Amino acid sequence: MDITVRMPQLGESVTEGTVSAWLKKPGDRVERYEPLLEVITDKVNAEVPSPESGVVKELLVAEGQTVPVGTPICVLEGEGAGAGAPAPPTAEAAQAGPAEAGTARAARPEAGPGAGAAGTEASARGRYSPAVRRLAREHGVDLALVRGTGAGGRVTREDVERFVREAAEAPAGRPVAAEAPAAQAPAATPAPAPALAAGQPAGPVAPPEPGPDDEVVPLTPIRRSIAQNMVLSTSTIPRAWSMVEADVTGLERLIRARGEEFRAREGVALTYLPFAVLAAVAGLRAVPRLNASWAGDRIIVHRRIHIGIAVATEAGLIVPVIRDADRLSIAGLARAIAELAEKARAGRLTLAEVQGGTFTVDNTGALGTELSVPIVVPGQTGIVTTERAKRKPVAVGDAIAIRTMMPLCLSMDHRVVDGADAGRFLGVMRARLESFDEATGLY
Amino acid sequence: MPEKTFIEAIHDAMDEEMARDPSVVLLGEDVGLRGGVFRASTGLIEKYGERRVIDTPLAESSIAGVAIGMALNGLRPIAEMQFADFSFPAFNQIQSEAARFHYRSNGGWSVPLVVRMPYGGGPGVHGALYHSQSVEAFYAHIPGLKVVLPGTPYDAKGMLKAAIRDDDPVIFLEHKRAYRSVRGEVPDGDYTVPLGPAEVRREGRHVTIFAYGYMLHESLRAAEELAKSGVECTVVDVRSLKPLDVKTIAEAARLTGRVLVVHEDNRSFGAGAEIAAIVAEEALMYLDAPVRRLTGPDVPGIGFNHVFEVEFTPDAAKIARAARELAEF
Repeated sequence: MDITVRMPQLGESVTEGTVSAWLKKPGDRVERYEPLLEVITDKVNAEVPSPESGVVKELLVAEGQTVPVGTPICVLEGEGAGAGAPAPPTAEAAQAGPAEAGTARAARPEAGPGAGAAGTEASARGRYSPAVRRLAREHGVDLALVRGTGAGGRVTREDVERFVREAAEAPAGRPVAAEAPAAQAPAATPAPAPALAAGQPAGPVAPPEPGPDDEVVPLTPIRRSIAQNMVLSTSTIPRAWSMVEADVTGLERLIRARGEEFRAREGVALTYLPFAVLAAVAGLRAVPRLNASWAGDRIIVHRRIHIGIAVATEAGLIVPVIRDADRLSIAGLARAIAELAEKARAGRLTLAEVQGGTFTVDNTGALGTELSVPIVVPGQTGIVTTERAKRKPVAVGDAIAIRTMMPLCLSMDHRVVDGADAGRFLGVMRARLESFDEATGLY
Repeated sequence: MPEKTFIEAIHDAMDEEMARDPSVVLLGEDVGLRGGVFRASTGLIEKYGERRVIDTPLAESSIAGVAIGMALNGLRPIAEMQFADFSFPAFNQIQSEAARFHYRSNGGWSVPLVVRMPYGGGPGVHGALYHSQSVEAFYAHIPGLKVVLPGTPYDAKGMLKAAIRDDDPVIFLEHKRAYRSVRGEVPDGDYTVPLGPAEVRREGRHVTIFAYGYMLHESLRAAEELAKSGVECTVVDVRSLKPLDVKTIAEAARLTGRVLVVHEDNRSFGAGAEIAAIVAEEALMYLDAPVRRLTGPDVPGIGFNHVFEVEFTPDAAKIARAARELAEF
């Protein structure tokens, strides 16, 4: 009995997944709950367990391919197979007896066209050998455009070389764009793409074509997800923005006086961020409306406070979530932040650790900026940044003093809250930040 | 240049080295009066006397042990194992003493010993379980030994001379099928072929075949056959397994991106696995197909029956089929 495995929904609002690696291949036995494949979703890698025990019959989606949730990705031969069913192929079968492994494989080319072709073609598509990928990178070739002549329609090294040669000879001097995959049109011959080559835009907004001096960077799942979220945010959320300045002279002194001791004791640095989170939590307690989601015809106010913190990684911006941030001390927050940041940079975050945020704090000051206009994460109502703390002259009473000032910038969804809420939130957050001094307890 | 058989080349190398250097001695079962069971030492006892060409008791452990003692005391012995299969009683002497003396004495002592072993089987050899084995993997695994398997008469003479002059122990493997079926040009007089470098015997752009010993000739025949249908093969003679010519192997693999390793020895943990690993380490970004091995199967020995011999042994037809599959991958 065949069992179809589908791309699972690996979290709310996750609509598609990319197969990053198959952990089993056709013919392999897999136990129920044993890891079957790895999937990359928006920001994390997840292992997907097999729903049933059985033998992998066919992989329907190649590694690197992105498909919507629910798409069949694999067929398992289940336990219920009848007594007469053929034994699943095993690794030993290829080696059994004195016959060389080559003998068994040699049968394939003679098996005639069509025999087993579908299986091999599906598995060959989208999978490229190291040599092919290296050549494609060197020549900037989109491999999806290359017709494969290898076994099962596989793109071989020679195919890429021929493609590059023919592209160079094509009249417009640009890659031959219209070459169909072998499966659809085996006899297709490369032809120049006339309309596009003539410089007419294909649609209202034609994406730019790379020139000879340009580098083409393929989209990673993270980059794509950031892009989608940013577009969603700016196109659906009417954003309002406010800024205040907090006097963090006391906080600066606190960090300077006790940072070293803290690091020696806790193993993590004492930065502005845990204080900023603590202060933001105080603001959210005063203005619960900022800890909410717009839900079309109603507003959902969240009782629990889960703070997303922005972490810059080599792969892109990731926002892991400190759950129930309102229950943590400064030391607890510092530890949670360090742990999440390290996991984010190592790519080891789980889905649970990047989901469920109700508000976001971004210490953009760490990057040296003095003013930011942050973008609200879709599903949340507010995001606050803490900017670079700078010593400057300010009026204290009737005198001028040198104080350390830190701007706080808040963006908010104006459907959910108004300017008065923003002002109140920033006021509380500022007051909290200004309350720290050397005597503040960290635990 | 005169054409000679492989066994004549072996004979000439020993003859010339014994004439050149009085410290070179030969010992083994039937190497003296009988001239060796394969006649490799014909006439040597008459020429150099029984103090330098020594018929030993039927005890390989003692042949190796005595030879190691000779080597430590100023001689350059050539120890002949009548069949490579019989070297296992001597294995302890070779691996525990010969291979590690130099290391163990911090370079103070060396063992300039050559152990010659006729190995291998296949159709026509009728060696069955105890006269057909390939033993290269056992010895190539041991640090401190050199392990070479010449394929041509030219190399047989040149590499044996180099092995005799080498200050380290060398396992010198001679394929029995090559002895009289392989002929080639062999210069008269002195020359050596260094132990280590592999040799590219044929160049082609589609598939790279690595082979050694007798399998070199089956591989060259396969390449010849494939060329008729447009599949061009590079054939590399990996005539030294220890040291192994990593550079030439990597370059030849990069050339085609499709690699086939052929050996008669059993498949698992053999030279093919080592070469495949080197290709993966050094040429990954050039690979366009999985690295393949075409080898003897993992069964304990070649059966006496001709059908078993054919079934066990890689040959030109099997090599051509495997290479063609790689080309079409």
